Amino acid sequence: MYAFIKAISYYLPTSKFTNSDYFNVFPEMAENKNLERVGVKERRIVDPHLTSSDLGVSAAENIFLEHKIDRNEIDFILYCSLESDYLLPATSMVVHKRLMLSRNCGAIDLSVGCSGYPYALSIAKGLIESSGFKNILIINSSTLTKTIHLKDKASRFIFGDGAAATLVSSRDDNWGIGEFIFGSVSKMTDAIIIKDGGARNPISESSYIDYKDDYGNITDNAHLYMDGPSVFNFGLKAVPQMISDLLIKSKTELENIDLFIFHQANLFLIDSIRKKLLIPEEKVFNFMETVGNTVSASIPIAIYEAQKSGKITSGSKVLLAGFGVGLSTGATIIHF
Amino acid sequence: MDISEFIKKIEAEVEELTPGTLKPETAFRNLPEWSSMHALIIIALVDMEYDVTITGDDLRKCTTINDIYNFVKSKK
Repeated sequence: MYAFIKAISYYLPTSKFTNSDYFNVFPEMAENKNLERVGVKERRIVDPHLTSSDLGVSAAENIFLEHKIDRNEIDFILYCSLESDYLLPATSMVVHKRLMLSRNCGAIDLSVGCSGYPYALSIAKGLIESSGFKNILIINSSTLTKTIHLKDKASRFIFGDGAAATLVSSRDDNWGIGEFIFGSVSKMTDAIIIKDGGARNPISESSYIDYKDDYGNITDNAHLYMDGPSVFNFGLKAVPQMISDLLIKSKTELENIDLFIFHQANLFLIDSIRKKLLIPEEKVFNFMETVGNTVSASIPIAIYEAQKSGKITSGSKVLLAGFGVGLSTGATIIHF
Repeated sequence: MDISEFIKKIEAEVEELTPGTLKPETAFRNLPEWSSMHALIIIALVDMEYDVTITGDDLRKCTTINDIYNFVKSKK
């Protein structure tokens, strides 16, 4: 039996934060023409009273409805998000309950960020090809904007909220999910971090003391900190290396890949990676202009849109590359 | 490489810079609109044109365009 991606749907919160809203908050950025190269014009922002599981449940309900999937046939749910509803139990259990999934359906959380989609696919493939399960539901959900400091002009431009649901199923012939490459640059754990609020540093008064980075982005230890230049350098180095390693492991050539979908980090970074790898522009599919960077949901949302626009059809070989918080990398090749 | 070529490349990449405005002694942080996006543009340019990695920490030690140029030259 082989695992393959059978269906994808996604869900976005309704509230929008457009570039014109952004320039109202940060008027000093209005003349910065270089910002256009980030590739984002609007993002969706989750309501403060909703959580990542709310978005995830909506994405799952969308996949059941849109692709006529019987929820009772789901054998396992992989819930991939950086945000949890509770300290315990796992959010996958909350999602299992709200989706009214079967008593025999397993459920675990994956606390992985921007590289989360390849990680979840690899576990789904293992559950199908090694353990004989048939239908694995992956949910990637992000409400990262809740953790961004209101004065952080870099992160507020980049990130948007959203969730995607992917059904990975089994089929008799024809591989659907290929080899994987993973990597962990754990010396860079501090490059993308929310320092306070976990077990290591409980929230205290000092968590809310603002500080400014070299570029005037303001945050505090209770909110997201991202060292943009370090993450950018990591992307420029780690992603081309990971892709060439994956091609070697898969015994294939770059020319044999029909389409590349990168984690939708930032268009300027993706385009720089594309140029380094000498990938023709038409072979890279991006979808971030209206959604921003939705963390681990960004790749499945882009796949959905690539299928809708006819860029992915039956038989397409698509290379997926995730990279981000950790700092962590993961890539695979999908045969649709 | 020489500094005038280096400056031309930066001016070509950064949208709001009129060619001829950047000088070796320009303190780049004082440029209007200087933001993390400008740092990313310089990082990408130095990586792709000169195959040199310049980190945020390296940039922090630079004040002028000439400082960045000397850093890149020292790594070549």
